[in-house]
Amino acid sequence: MTGAAEATAPHGPGTGDAPPVLALAGVSKSFGAVRALREVSLELRAGEAHALAGENGAGKSTLVKTLSGVHRPDSGQVLMDGQPVEFHKPADAQRHGVAVIYQEPTMFPDLSVAENIFIGRQPRASLGRIDRGEMRARAAELFARLGVALDPEQPARGLSIADQQLVEIAKALSRDARVLIMDEPTAALSGNEVARLFTVVKALREQGCALLFISHRLDEIFELCQQVTTLRDGAWIASEPVAGLTHEALIRRMVGRDLDTLYPKLDAVAGEVALKVHRLTREGVFTDVSFEVRRGEIVALAGLVGAGRSEVARAVFGVDRWDAGWVEVNGRRLPPASPTAAMSAGVALVPEDRRQQGLVMDQSIERNIGLTGLKGLRRGPVISRAAERDRARDWAIRLQLKFNRLSDAVNVLSGGNQQKVVLAKWLSTRPQVLIIDEPTRGIDVGTKAEVHRVLSELASDGMAVLMISSELPEVLGMADRVLVMQEGRLVADIPRADATEESVMTAATGRAS
Amino acid sequence: MAPDVTAVNSARAPLSRFLRWDVLVGILLVVVFIGGAAGSPEFANIDNLSFALGDLGEIALIALAMTLLVVAAEVDLSVASVLGLSSALVGNLWDAGWAIETIIPLVIVVGAVCGLVNGLLVTRLGLPSLAVTIGTLALYRGLALVVLGDRAIAEFPQTYVNLAVGDVPGTPIPYPVAVFAVLAVITAVLLHATGFGRALFAIGAQVEAAHFAGIRVKRIKLILFVVSGVVAAFAGVVYTLRYGSARADNGSGLELAVIAAVLLGGVDFDGGRGTLGGVIAGVLLIGLLRNLLMLNDVSTEIQSIVTGLLLVISVITPRLVAVARQRRRVPSPVVPTPPTT
Ligand SMILES: Nc1ncnc2c1ncn2[C@@H]1O[C@H](COP(=O)(O)OP(=O)(O)OP(=O)(O)O)[C@@H](O)[C@H]1O
Ligand SMILES: [Mg+2]
Repeated sequence: MTGAAEATAPHGPGTGDAPPVLALAGVSKSFGAVRALREVSLELRAGEAHALAGENGAGKSTLVKTLSGVHRPDSGQVLMDGQPVEFHKPADAQRHGVAVIYQEPTMFPDLSVAENIFIGRQPRASLGRIDRGEMRARAAELFARLGVALDPEQPARGLSIADQQLVEIAKALSRDARVLIMDEPTAALSGNEVARLFTVVKALREQGCALLFISHRLDEIFELCQQVTTLRDGAWIASEPVAGLTHEALIRRMVGRDLDTLYPKLDAVAGEVALKVHRLTREGVFTDVSFEVRRGEIVALAGLVGAGRSEVARAVFGVDRWDAGWVEVNGRRLPPASPTAAMSAGVALVPEDRRQQGLVMDQSIERNIGLTGLKGLRRGPVISRAAERDRARDWAIRLQLKFNRLSDAVNVLSGGNQQKVVLAKWLSTRPQVLIIDEPTRGIDVGTKAEVHRVLSELASDGMAVLMISSELPEVLGMADRVLVMQEGRLVADIPRADATEESVMTAATGRAS
Repeated sequence: MAPDVTAVNSARAPLSRFLRWDVLVGILLVVVFIGGAAGSPEFANIDNLSFALGDLGEIALIALAMTLLVVAAEVDLSVASVLGLSSALVGNLWDAGWAIETIIPLVIVVGAVCGLVNGLLVTRLGLPSLAVTIGTLALYRGLALVVLGDRAIAEFPQTYVNLAVGDVPGTPIPYPVAVFAVLAVITAVLLHATGFGRALFAIGAQVEAAHFAGIRVKRIKLILFVVSGVVAAFAGVVYTLRYGSARADNGSGLELAVIAAVLLGGVDFDGGRGTLGGVIAGVLLIGLLRNLLMLNDVSTEIQSIVTGLLLVISVITPRLVAVARQRRRVPSPVVPTPPTT
């Protein structure tokens, strides 16, 4: 236990003698055989940003849910201003000024953005009617404070994940929270959005709000937080000041050993063209998009959130239709709007939204992974359960999936592990062209390197990879070429040698040329 | 509010593991059987049970197709009207002197067309099947009335009547029930052991994810509606021959018994869960109850009330159980689960 020995006990730095705003003392929580938290303690202080670090499945989200009243601890206490409190439901925590932005924002799709923000606390006019004008105005004011351009009247359905996240933040802001808990708020955001979020959040911190922040991007922890608590397999490893800590030391706490997080991309010889997209247009979404991806190549599609990258990916794969242009795979035209045809041509799409598009949340790990390869699992007319299980197990092991049983529903997996199931589901089809939208969203540092290694290997075996990523280091580290989109158009094609943070961002924001 | 889907679902998992609804219905079936045998001397003899089974034939057949639809989060309320239309056509054409060998394939094609219309309206226009099939429920019944008016046609060829009411030689099993048994095995394999079945569950549970996995959602739904129409038309033929009477109002209201059986069998009306074994138990339970009520001279109104009650109970109970379990596991009982789209 290298980590525990070096750690300081969970007594915060010199923030005076005031008790922590919110604290956990010796909290344990199990789900059946899974011990998600074991005697974990944590103290959140006013004006301080506290990071929670740990691998996928370490128990971070479970900790958040015990702080917010979703789960009740099996043992141990939640303390507010030093006094034990019991949150029986999320509303109790909210009343005490604890606001939470969950890892998977879950909005009411049929309600407007403003209604989602004020749900249950709508401003009232006379006779108890909901004051829509007031609600709209207050939502608009919140967005102005956040510096985001969202229409309060717009229905939540169809909001991108990044926008949903922003709505959740607005909701937390509207409650004047004393404690703001954010479970991977940045996983779906690109550089600019993260910067904007941090500006807002730092202001809240300055005003005396206590923050709990979870992210698998260690840079963000170092930028925002003063304290960091590390969990490993549900156990408390360390609570310590961020200052003086190195990336390597933090990873050692999380993983329990040293780890090489950088996976150098293998050089691959680009072969013949595997995917050719020609003047593809979808009215009002993207225009005149043309590019090629060769076998062995990893091509990144970069740009701001909302630039139309995911939409291009979806059209190429056939889940959306296009209005003009065509797509060719290995020299053959794909019929429009047919994912089935795209799959039999060897295309796979790891989609952006794992809860809606990537997984059947209620179904088991093995069924989810098997769903893309039902033909291959057949023995005669029926599906072989053994084959289904083997296929799932192979990939579960390869991607270091943390699970109890393969027959468990995916909705009990931690967020990062759900993402691994989506990857397994598509990599197991052995595609020739892999389109992958945010491959490592929510995946921990160690596994991220592992995913990069797998992608790199697959590419050098001749797979063509089109990768959408909002994470610049990932783009720069993995891509042979970077295509940049801006407002629905392809504006740059940058070879690996010229791709820098600077050149990509310049193209994405359209400041140059 | 913080909608926490995980908590809701984790509450459901042990329910399906230890206290499976379809197993409960199976137990209830045994209890009703024993109770019925104790309460009524005419109940537990081969003749009566054979009759009860035969009387159940149409409901059982249609329930198979309905199970596939409900698992895929659709429903077909027009089945009893298709049955009536089929019966009316059989009567009309027989009356006009057609050969029964020509009539049967023809009405089955008509059933397929009825199903196709439902399916096209649902998949092409994106209308909810509940609304579409309420409409065609009235439409197809109206067509049946146009075809046959208020006439009743009888006297069908004895060989065919024998097929509908007779038993498989050497057994107490009526022919339609034997057909049902074969089809039930096929449906069970289809639903629980083939890729098609996997696709149905995925469509019912999360249609967008199914679409993204290359499953041809619309085509599959269209096929299901056509199958439902075909089965309902076939059931119409069986019904007509069994009662020896073709009428336009044959089988009206039967769709409720079918849906009651399917839901009682533990198929989730929102799609994505259920077992065929459960549905068979549900069908048998409804059949036994109807038979018991009949033996005890309970009026058809009361029988209909019982069907209605079973329907309501089978929809409500699983939710109540889920909420109760969740209350025990997670202290926050009413966590809104936003509709998944
Ligand atoms: N409702 C539940 N039922 C059963 N097991 C659960 C449930 N919620 C969480 N778990 C399990 O508890 C463990 C911790 O999960 P948790 O979501 O807290 O991880 P995490 O640290 O947030 O991971 P990630 O970085 O991937 O989001 C995992 O093994 C997970 O499978
Ligand atoms: Mg988590």
